[in-house]
Amino acid sequence: MPGRIIKWIDQRFPLTSFVKHELTDYPTPRNLSYWWNFGFLAGVVLMLQVVTGIFLAMHYRADISLSFDSIQHIMREVNYGWLLRYMHATGASAFFFVIFVHMARTLYYGSYRAPRELLWWTGQGLLLLLMATAFMGYLLPWGQMSYWGATVITNLFQATPFFGDQIVIWLRGDYTVGDATLTRFFALHYLFPFIIIGAVVIHLVALHTVKSSNPSGIDLAAKDNIPFHPYFTIKDLYGLGWFLIVYSVFVFFLPDSLIEPANNIPANPMQTPNHIVPEWYFLPFYAILRSVPNLVGGVVAMGLSVMMFAFMPFLDRSRIPGGAHYRPIFKIQFYLFLLDMLVLGYVGYTPPTNQTLLIGQIATLCYFGSFLLIPFISRIEERWLVRRGLPPAVIALMESEALTIEQRRLKHRRRGEQA
Amino acid sequence: MTENESPANTGRRNFLIKATTAVGGVGVAAACVPFVASMNPSSDVLAKAVTEVDLSGITPGGVRTVAWQGKPVFIVHRTPEEIQASTATNGVIDPEPDSQRVQKPEWLVVVGVCTHMGCVPNKEGPGWTCHCHGSQYDDSGRVTRGPAPKNLEVPPYHFVADNKIIIGKA
Ligand code: HEM
Ligand code: FES
Repeated sequence: MPGRIIKWIDQRFPLTSFVKHELTDYPTPRNLSYWWNFGFLAGVVLMLQVVTGIFLAMHYRADISLSFDSIQHIMREVNYGWLLRYMHATGASAFFFVIFVHMARTLYYGSYRAPRELLWWTGQGLLLLLMATAFMGYLLPWGQMSYWGATVITNLFQATPFFGDQIVIWLRGDYTVGDATLTRFFALHYLFPFIIIGAVVIHLVALHTVKSSNPSGIDLAAKDNIPFHPYFTIKDLYGLGWFLIVYSVFVFFLPDSLIEPANNIPANPMQTPNHIVPEWYFLPFYAILRSVPNLVGGVVAMGLSVMMFAFMPFLDRSRIPGGAHYRPIFKIQFYLFLLDMLVLGYVGYTPPTNQTLLIGQIATLCYFGSFLLIPFISRIEERWLVRRGLPPAVIALMESEALTIEQRRLKHRRRGEQA
Repeated sequence: MTENESPANTGRRNFLIKATTAVGGVGVAAACVPFVASMNPSSDVLAKAVTEVDLSGITPGGVRTVAWQGKPVFIVHRTPEEIQASTATNGVIDPEPDSQRVQKPEWLVVVGVCTHMGCVPNKEGPGWTCHCHGSQYDDSGRVTRGPAPKNLEVPPYHFVADNKIIIGKA
C-alpha cells in the first residue's frame, strides 16, 4: 500500500527523485570532518527557535505594561513555561555559537573561494538576518538591558545623513523606545525566522549546485564522493547528540549565565543601568563601535566589520589550492584573527576606560588589517610556497585551474565579439 | 493592419514596455507610502508633546527628572557657584555660551539623553557622566569629554509663572 501511494505521488510530483537526488544519493566528499556538522546543527537550532518561539508567543504579551510580567507568568505559572523560555534564550546563544563555528570553518578551509562565492554571500545574508532577529527578540522581555540595548542601537541610525533624527523616530514609532517599538519588534521577530527559512533554502540550493567543499580544499573526483545517506546522516546525528548534551547543560543548569542580571529589572526609561552590555555574540562588533571616537565613524566601522566577510572572495586571490591547511601564513593569520575577536569581545564587555579604549582601537585596526592585508600577504605567501617547491599534484591542479580561468576569459571575449 | 502597427515596430513596443514599467513602478511606490507612514508616531503619541512642571519643590543644588515625550528632562536648580563655573567657559567640543542655554541662569533645563547613543547620563560631581561610553557633561549640559559629539539638547520651554514651566513649546 505505501508503495502504491508513493507511486501515485511520484506520477504527479517528483518526490522520490527529489529525496534521492538531494538527500539519500547526494554525493558528499568522503573526508568531511566534524567541522562540517555545524551547518546541519544551525538548521536544528533554527527549528528549535521557531518551535519554542511559537509556543512562547501563545503566552507572551507585547505591551509595555504587560510584557515584563508576562515573562514572569511564563516562568512561574505556564506549564513548562520556564523550559520554553530557557530553551529559547539559550537557543539564541547556541545559534550564534554554531554559526560562528560554521563561518570559522569556511574561512579556515577557504570554502568561500570559487565556485562557492554565492554560497558564502547567502551565508552573509543569513548572518545579518540572524542578528536582526536576535536583536528584536531581546527587546521582548522588556527588561533594563532590553530597553537600553534597543535604545542605543536604534539611535545608531542617527548617523544617517540628512534624515537621521526622523529615521530614528520612524523606526521606534515614538520619540523613545515605547509601545509602538515593542509591538513592531514582536511582529518582525515573528516574521524574520521565516524569512531565514527561505534564505536557508536558497543557501542549500546554492550548496547543492556547487557541492560541499572538503578539508583538502581540492574538489574531489567523483569516485571519492559517497552518498549522504547513511554516511552523513549518521555523522550529523552523532554530532547532534553532543550538541544536545552541551545545550541541555546550559538550559537546565546554567540558564542564567546567558541572561544579563540587569534584564530581570523592568525597563526604566528614566535610568540607564551603570554598565550596559550587549549579548555576548555582539560584543566584538560593539567594541569596534565604541573604539571609534566619532559616532558616524563608529557606526560605519561597525557596519563594515560585519560586512567584511563578504569581501573575502575578492580579498583572497591566492592560487594555492586548499585552505589554511596548505597555507602556513594564512593559517597564522586565521588564528590571530580569532584571538583578535576574543580581545575585542573582552573590550566590548568591560566598562570603557582609557586603557581598554586603547586596546580596543588597536584590536579594531588588527581586525580590519587582517582582512585588508590578505591580498598582499597571500601573494607573498604564494611566491614563497612556489619557490619552496610544491608537490607535483598541487602544481598540476594550479595549472589546470589557471587553464579553466583562461578558457572562461576567452569564451567571454569571443561572446563579446559576436555581439 | 497598417505598416507601423505591425509587431515588427519594436520602437513602439519598447516605448510601451518602458511606459508601463514606469507607471507600475510609480504605483508600487505610492502603495508603499501608507505602510511606511504607519510606522511613524501615531497621533496619540504626538499628543503627549508638552509637559507642565512645577519648580517650587526643587531646592538650590537639586535636580528633578521629568518625562517629556517619554524622554527624561533634567531640571537643575543651579547654585551661584555652578552658574559661575558654567559662565566661565564656553565648552570645548561643541562651544556654546551658557547664556544661550538657559532662560534664567538658576534654572537649567536639558533633555537627559546622551547625544552619543541615547543613554541617560548620571548626575555625578559637577555635571553628568554617561556610563554607556564615558561621555561627560558640565553644569550647563555641555559635553566636556567624548564620544558624545554635541551638548545635551535644550528642549523648547517657557515660563508660565515664576516657578512653572511648560516643556514642548517655546
Ligand atoms: C532565528 C530564530 C530566533 C532567534 C535567534 C530568537 C532570539 C530571541 C531572543 C534573544 C529573545 C530574548 C530571550 C530572553 O532574554 O528572554 C527572544 C524572545 C522571544 N522570542 Fe525569539 N528568536 C527566534 C525565533 C522566534 C520565533 C520564530 C518566535 C515565534 C513567535 C519567537 C518568539 C519570541 C518570544 C515570544 C519572545 C519573548 C519571550 C522571551 O523573552 O523569552 N522567536 N527571541
Ligand atoms: S551613549 Fe552616552 S557615551 Fe555613548
